[in-house]
Amino acid sequence: MNDGSGLYQDAIKQFAQAANGHGRLEAADGEARLDNPLCGDRVRMQVAVASGRITAVAHETKGCLLCRAAASAIGARAVGEDAAAIESVATALEGMLKNGAPVPAGWPELSMFEPARAYPSRHRCVLLPFRALLAALRPEVGAGGTAISSN
Amino acid sequence: MSVEPESLRAGFPLLAATPQLHYLDSAATAQIHRLALDAVVRHETTRRANVSRGTYRLAEAADLAYEQARQTAARFLNATSADEVIFTSGATASINLVAHAFGGTLKAGDRVVISVAEHHSNFVPWQMLRERTGIELVLIPVTASGQLDLGLLPELIDGKCRLVAVTQCSNVTGAWTDVAALVAAARKVGAKVLLDGAQGAQHGPQDVRALDIDFYAFSGHKCFGPGGVGVLWGRGELLAAMPPFLTGGGMISEVTAQATTWAAPPQRFEAGTPPIAQAVGLAAALEWMMSLDWPQIHAREARLCERLIDGLQRIPGLRLLGPEASTRRAPIVSFEIAGLHPHDICQVLDAHQLALRGGHHCAQPLLAALGAEVCTRASIALYSDEADIEALLDGLGFVLRELA
Repeated sequence: MNDGSGLYQDAIKQFAQAANGHGRLEAADGEARLDNPLCGDRVRMQVAVASGRITAVAHETKGCLLCRAAASAIGARAVGEDAAAIESVATALEGMLKNGAPVPAGWPELSMFEPARAYPSRHRCVLLPFRALLAALRPEVGAGGTAISSN
Repeated sequence: MSVEPESLRAGFPLLAATPQLHYLDSAATAQIHRLALDAVVRHETTRRANVSRGTYRLAEAADLAYEQARQTAARFLNATSADEVIFTSGATASINLVAHAFGGTLKAGDRVVISVAEHHSNFVPWQMLRERTGIELVLIPVTASGQLDLGLLPELIDGKCRLVAVTQCSNVTGAWTDVAALVAAARKVGAKVLLDGAQGAQHGPQDVRALDIDFYAFSGHKCFGPGGVGVLWGRGELLAAMPPFLTGGGMISEVTAQATTWAAPPQRFEAGTPPIAQAVGLAAALEWMMSLDWPQIHAREARLCERLIDGLQRIPGLRLLGPEASTRRAPIVSFEIAGLHPHDICQVLDAHQLALRGGHHCAQPLLAALGAEVCTRASIALYSDEADIEALLDGLGFVLRELA
């Protein structure tokens, strides 16, 4: 379907609706809550980590379709990655949005956000879950949010 | 002067150039009138010089234009004297000025009363003052429809109260504040009253003497003028007793190696080079506003507002925030639609040439009180017309089909 903006492709709606990884972990090794002050979007991201790799991820996301779809993409694919890989994906995704760089390697579904290139005010919606994930993995990085706990 | 939207629109370069645009975000920024724009260009190309500094003729001309702008703002507000008008960068700066300068005269335990309905601009400065001085900050609650609940006034505005600082009109719900009731309660205990006119001033000239208030703050960009300029009006005797907020050039009487004495208001509160051309542009916008038939404009805005609310109420899953249509309100209408985020709603509306704002509108305490976190807002101004309203209602039908 074309909503007129070209932004809301079926993939985004489907990912948002699937809400992969939605919920909470019983035992998290890292957790962070980030807000987008522009619109009130909020992502609480939890991770369990073993030998430096994500073994489980869960999030509670209140936000727009873009934010929810991005969180859902993380829920579907982040397990098995380490912090460096997530940082690489987040950087590549930001490059895709801001500079038209290629879709992040290994995460082909993130191409669903390519139409968002034309809407800079929405880039933060897409990036917020990734920043929350990074903050949960590396609270020392901060990412501008509230790192609730980590160990 | 005709106040029909089509003739009014012709005076707004952006609207005239984009007839297909349905601009419904005037509560955030109103479009700039051609007269204001022309005044800025004329000033910058014929009278550009610093003010209160030079004796050459160009500087004298700049001084004159700036002080005439002050007099125009005073007439717009029906102030006793132009010396009561301080140019700032906007309503936010105006309120911060009061929070620092008047706030600096308060002591721990003094009470400042604001309301839950405030824009963050009239919320955070008082929280910061509480941190600095230990004042007590008290909130007037709101009713379920977002209007100030005045039932508790005798308890809230008590003998400890030194200032009541409230919005004239909510930027989310359009609810007008019952200023007379607040002023009466404040006067009873000797408290001062600040009115945040960020939304109110867009809807016509004000009368600060009839309102019987002590401070009034508003922004140029919401009054069809340039951005980066605003006004703080304050009663002369209060301004005279207040210490400065920002310090630097232009606001002193004398600086010695040992100490500094302050200039008299308004210069005491205009440290540094003020927004000169912007003030001149704002004055042109205010002059234009003072030439309009406001009862006629208000009647048309109210009709548009009623039509919008009527149409919105027919949309399944839509909840209106704010007073009933029949209540006297500014033409600001906010709503939420179950399951849809305002950013997504506004994005799809944008594709249909509709400019609306979605989010918390810098009023998170109010939204929380209304049981919402974010909402979508349509704000109507004097250049809005029936086509804007119908386009929005049609656009929301499209939103529901595409996003729900």
